[in-house]
Amino acid sequence: MDFKKEVRIVCGWIAYFGDLLLRLLWHLVHVIISLFYFTLGIANALESYLISWGVLKRYRSLHVNKLRYLAIVVESEEAYETSKIIALLQWLADIGVKHVCLYDMEGILKKSKDFILAKVDGAVLYGETHENNKLLDQTHMTLEFASFCDGKEAVAKAANVLFMKYVKSGATDQNQKGHIFTESQMSEALKTIGSGGPEPDLLLVYGPARCHLGFPAWRIRYTEIVHMGPLKSMKYGSLIKAIHKFTRVQQNYGK
Amino acid sequence: MEKISGRVIQIYGNLVSFLRKCIFCVLSAGSVPNHIAFIMDGNRRFAKRLNLMDGAGHKVGYSALMSMLRYCYEFGVRYVTIYAFSIDNFKRSPEEVQSLMDLMLEKIEGLIKEESIVNHYGVRVYFSGNLKLLSEPVRLAAERAMLATAKNSKAVLSICVAYTSTNEIVHAVQESCEEKWDEITVLNSSGAGYGLISLGGNGQDEGDHLIKLTDIEKHMYMAVAPDPDIIIRTSGETRLSNFLLWQSAHCYLYSPQ
Repeated sequence: MDFKKEVRIVCGWIAYFGDLLLRLLWHLVHVIISLFYFTLGIANALESYLISWGVLKRYRSLHVNKLRYLAIVVESEEAYETSKIIALLQWLADIGVKHVCLYDMEGILKKSKDFILAKVDGAVLYGETHENNKLLDQTHMTLEFASFCDGKEAVAKAANVLFMKYVKSGATDQNQKGHIFTESQMSEALKTIGSGGPEPDLLLVYGPARCHLGFPAWRIRYTEIVHMGPLKSMKYGSLIKAIHKFTRVQQNYGK
Repeated sequence: MEKISGRVIQIYGNLVSFLRKCIFCVLSAGSVPNHIAFIMDGNRRFAKRLNLMDGAGHKVGYSALMSMLRYCYEFGVRYVTIYAFSIDNFKRSPEEVQSLMDLMLEKIEGLIKEESIVNHYGVRVYFSGNLKLLSEPVRLAAERAMLATAKNSKAVLSICVAYTSTNEIVHAVQESCEEKWDEITVLNSSGAGYGLISLGGNGQDEGDHLIKLTDIEKHMYMAVAPDPDIIIRTSGETRLSNFLLWQSAHCYLYSPQ
């Protein structure tokens, strides 16, 4: 009886130390990988400074016309830094980007909408340009503000719009069953409820990880998604590099 | 001579396998993702670069996929999703589409066999997508595979064929509308409908809340698995190409070169 108890205790200790050893090894692997990414980060920072000083020839000319619509996703905690957002928008205006969509999950950017529009030179709200003179597009930058409720919740609202049409079409039960909704009907429904913005060509994520944080799913089918790092360490050179890389992308669209 | 080289390869294989198991052991000390999704991209570019025949890139891609699945299930990942064929891919030349369908049919038949990887690891297979768009033999094979693996419960493999996220969303909305209509008809016929069917002038307010987000989510093709933790796109392209757009709100997107 005692011998079995002893064996059990020894096994317990072996398991405990084995587990400790595995955790230690895990942390060692984590440190090595973190060092690798840290070095990579320094190299990228150096490259972005070289780009902003105009040293690297490749990035001197930018075919920004290829970029028709740009989306920026910001982590909600960093969305409070409106001064950084305004600086970023000013950079984009200088580069020549004409249409930008700002997104954060909780809608903090939406709340600071008026402040941002006032501070950024030549910015107008998306949607207003459609009513005014088209020539405004040439000199002004349109800004759209989106949040999580323009994503999944908007699809739910659009579903209700489609359901109303389904019910009001007034056919009998047999006819109703055959009715198939199309993607264009869905797009129309989303437009009717005000969440029908254009599809961005490029989406820049300012946050801890490369994740689109719930940007309206309907609009990012073929969008290039690039991670830019945290907003507080945003760099002009990285922005130029991301846009430059985008202009060189070839898409087959499945073909 | 051949025996010696065969022996060396076997020892090398065993060593690599042992090292891999050690690495998995160490990595399991941290958090293991519950659901990983793969976009299998770059097969044609790979074949072109190595001057292989048409279709060879996909065959090589398939064996790479099988290895990845084995590693995932060994590591303890419960849900794996793969983007096998998009609705957009139907736009390719008929010969290419036909050869891809033939390859898929061959591989699905392989999955149903006893000694296949899915039975070895107890994997339940789902085919997510608009299966009506597939040719009859492929669709029937897919249904057979789903039935054959229905009893497996250790892990799940979702194979997205004839799938795009936008099509999935529209299909889910369609199903929710039909379900809601059936519910209302039943309520109305039993007298408890309160005139919900005759939504006319006041329709807007009541209509806003009839179909909820949860109704749509339960009709998604991918409702068989939780949201993915990581989406890996081989070939280094940075877009999602209409894959899991709805489910990837909090998912880490990784595109290794």
